[in-house]
Amino acid sequence: MTALATPGTTATAPRWTSRRRLLLLAALALASIIAFLAIGSGGDLAFTAQLRGTKVATMVLVGWATGVSTVAFHTITNNRILTPSVMGLDALYAFLVTLLAFVLGVTFTGQLGPYGSFAITLVLMVVFGLGLTSVLTRKGSQVHLLVLIGIVLGTLLRSLSSLLTRMMDPTTFLVVQGNLFASFNAVQPMLLLPAGVLTVAGSWWLWHRRHELDVMRLGPDHATSLGVDWTRMVREVLLVAVVLVSVSTALVGPITFLGLLVANIAYEVTTTGRHSHTMPMAGLIAITTLVGGQAVLEQVFGLATLLSVIIEFGGGLVFIWLVLRGSRK
Amino acid sequence: MIEVSGVTKAYARTVVVDDVTISLQPGGITSIVGANGAGKSTLLSMIARLVGMDDGHISVGGLDVSSADPRELARTLGILKQENSMPLRLTVHDLVSFGRYPHSRGRLGPDDHAIVDTSIHTMDLDELRDRFLDEMSGGQRQRAFVAMLLAQDTDYLLLDEPLNNLDMAHALAMLERLRHAADALGKTVVMVVHDINFASAWSDHLVAMKDGRVVAQGSPREVVDSAMLNHVFGVNCAVSVEGGCPIAQYYMPAARRTELVRAELAHAEQSRTDAL
Amino acid sequence: MTSLVSPAGVGIRPRGWMLPLAVLCLVVASLVSLFVGVADLHPLDFLRGTATDDQWLNLMASRIPRTTAVLLAGSALALSGMLMQLLVRNKFVEPGTVGTSESAAAGLLAVTLLWPAAPLAVKMAIAVVFALAGTALFLRLVRSLPPTTSLIAVPLVGMMLAGMVSAATTFVAHRLDLLQTLGVWMAGDFSGVLRGRYELLWLVAGVFVAVWFFADRFTVASLGEAHATSLGLNHRQAMRLGLALVSVASAVCLVVVGNIAFVGLVVPNLVSMVLGDRLRRSLPWVALAGAGFVLACDLVARTINFPYEIPVGTIAGVVGAAVFLVLLWKRTPAVSR
Repeated sequence: MTALATPGTTATAPRWTSRRRLLLLAALALASIIAFLAIGSGGDLAFTAQLRGTKVATMVLVGWATGVSTVAFHTITNNRILTPSVMGLDALYAFLVTLLAFVLGVTFTGQLGPYGSFAITLVLMVVFGLGLTSVLTRKGSQVHLLVLIGIVLGTLLRSLSSLLTRMMDPTTFLVVQGNLFASFNAVQPMLLLPAGVLTVAGSWWLWHRRHELDVMRLGPDHATSLGVDWTRMVREVLLVAVVLVSVSTALVGPITFLGLLVANIAYEVTTTGRHSHTMPMAGLIAITTLVGGQAVLEQVFGLATLLSVIIEFGGGLVFIWLVLRGSRK
Repeated sequence: MIEVSGVTKAYARTVVVDDVTISLQPGGITSIVGANGAGKSTLLSMIARLVGMDDGHISVGGLDVSSADPRELARTLGILKQENSMPLRLTVHDLVSFGRYPHSRGRLGPDDHAIVDTSIHTMDLDELRDRFLDEMSGGQRQRAFVAMLLAQDTDYLLLDEPLNNLDMAHALAMLERLRHAADALGKTVVMVVHDINFASAWSDHLVAMKDGRVVAQGSPREVVDSAMLNHVFGVNCAVSVEGGCPIAQYYMPAARRTELVRAELAHAEQSRTDAL
Repeated sequence: MTSLVSPAGVGIRPRGWMLPLAVLCLVVASLVSLFVGVADLHPLDFLRGTATDDQWLNLMASRIPRTTAVLLAGSALALSGMLMQLLVRNKFVEPGTVGTSESAAAGLLAVTLLWPAAPLAVKMAIAVVFALAGTALFLRLVRSLPPTTSLIAVPLVGMMLAGMVSAATTFVAHRLDLLQTLGVWMAGDFSGVLRGRYELLWLVAGVFVAVWFFADRFTVASLGEAHATSLGLNHRQAMRLGLALVSVASAVCLVVVGNIAFVGLVVPNLVSMVLGDRLRRSLPWVALAGAGFVLACDLVARTINFPYEIPVGTIAGVVGAAVFLVLLWKRTPAVSR
């Protein structure tokens, strides 16, 4: 990298490096998708595509949504160690699932139909996110206050969930707990269309605003001075991030640290820090991690459900490493 | 033209800026002076719309700062803040390029690059253009932020303590550039300066603040005298005039001067007795 | 500047009679607590000597231990919250939000897996060790934050850390079908407190004495390393000592009664608003208020759905979260941008 940083060319050289790496990652993501479909198929891709197609599509959607939304969230909070889901979204999801099971009984997923529980959790999570962002209109652009309020509400919701689970029969409890672990195995194929539409729409909006996001990295004062309507942008980006995270959570369950992991790898890998590079990079890394990791674990080691846990833990370690590294500077 | 009318700002129960009304003509350098906590920086930040006001109106170049299009405002006025911490690892060139954002929306054309290069050159940063900000001294960083402000190419330049962190030579160079911007390029410069003598020697107009209110304004000659220094800063000192410009002798107030003179006399006396 | 933004309550000095009065209130509330429950106990029966043996047994083996446990746990939680806030120099942290309690639970899980038959004291010791490690990691992380970090970033780091530890614990528990056990540990509940099963809580009385003894040291340490060192205090040592005391208190509480969120956050903040942060002055008040708060929550938890009980952790979580949000809201000046 130092070799490329010859004076005078720095403005363009890193951009080329970044672009090349982006293409490389895209190829890697594609390769892992093909590998996932091909391994153990005996050459009959069409058959495994049918069998594993839903799963791959789910992982691609979730990975992309998580990566892109986390990068945008980091920008508006000016903080690399947060993930959008810490604002209580995971806890809300857990509470909603528990509440549905408590009210409707153990067969709640069947009673609501495939769209039902997806729509209910999605809508309520977005409403929750909207409520949180309205804090900004009252207290200026204090994003950290908003995040802290989200976390406290999350703790509150967790208390309520644990109360509900106490009053639950053990069978329902087990079903609820099963639902609270991220899993790519049990996704209904028909949910992929609405989830895909929302993810594409959210990503398109963020892409459209990528230059403004670049300026926002300078912090509220500089960005305002350069003509960014800070509070409005924060509110809008936050809403989009909440939608993207909610889609992914409603689809497969909570994955708290994946975004943290991939966004930070993306910052290290891209040399420019521009959103036109970091956002797709984070999305592609997430897809590669999910699909590639699943392919290795499932096909090579025969472990189907471990991936989300490994990612959670890896993300947590990255978090600690990031904070500790801050001290060396 | 900057028009501030009836502007008030309070934090909790402390009123920081209290019903301020001023109007500053386009062109020239205006300095806002006053003791610590007089509300100078807050007023400047409100003019730059970085801080909202509780009451009143501010317009800059005919644009109401609280309602005008943010992008248009960004092409009209730019501000240098007192604290310029930067969470990012950016080179000087990266930072200055951001100054072109209001004009280019992130896609820099050849003209933009030319302006960025000129701004870097103007601030004497050519050698440092590819250095990272966090590897530079406070004064160098300060100049990089001013270069960014110049690249923004606005008619109104607001600067909060632009001389902070600068050594004597760079402070003078900075003031010369601001003078040049005002005289040759027709910019309107408004700055907060804590050193009354720099303000007096380099600006066309002074605004003195105390406890959130404007207590005096006019040309340095009209404003700076012993009575005003006593009232605004609570300092008793003589004011001499050099080149038609009032200079406060605050670095050596009367009491200290007497002490020094007395010591000098004693010393002379001693040498005379020794000689005898 | 701080005095300007503090609420109007600043400047209330506790008068001499206030502390005894507060103690009296707490004693009355404790007596009430003794005679609330499913089995019908009446104070007059005990005074007249007409109480049956069963009633005596109930009182001695269940009611008195329970109320004692509530008082001890409440004051210990508030105390460790206060101490942690002083040492971290941040009003928004408590053992339950920075990973101490979660780490203790992880230790409990580990010992349950590896040595299920271990005596309670051993389990507790392991939990204390884990709590220490978790808290030390948190303090290490906080020290690594750049000095310019906003106040709110500190609890955020803690909550992320806590989330990480609890994610790992939850997963292991899920795999091994121990989730409901874990749930019982993490949900504060006094319904299981009986004679012979809560006595370890008296350890926190020792912690209380130690904090009282070293109170001035902790107050000086809270001024920051530079100030503390220039005032002649071994800052590192004070931090370690405080860390150990916080870990012991919260691990003991977790093992005996479970996690009760927000007590350590809300109570010290309220006390500090009125009395300031000089530990020796505020310490008895923090302990009393903590005990009172948990006692009140416990009474509500026992009566709201009578004869069934709601875990006290839930009540404290709901009330505490509400109070905390109000504090947060009030303390943040509105910004009109």
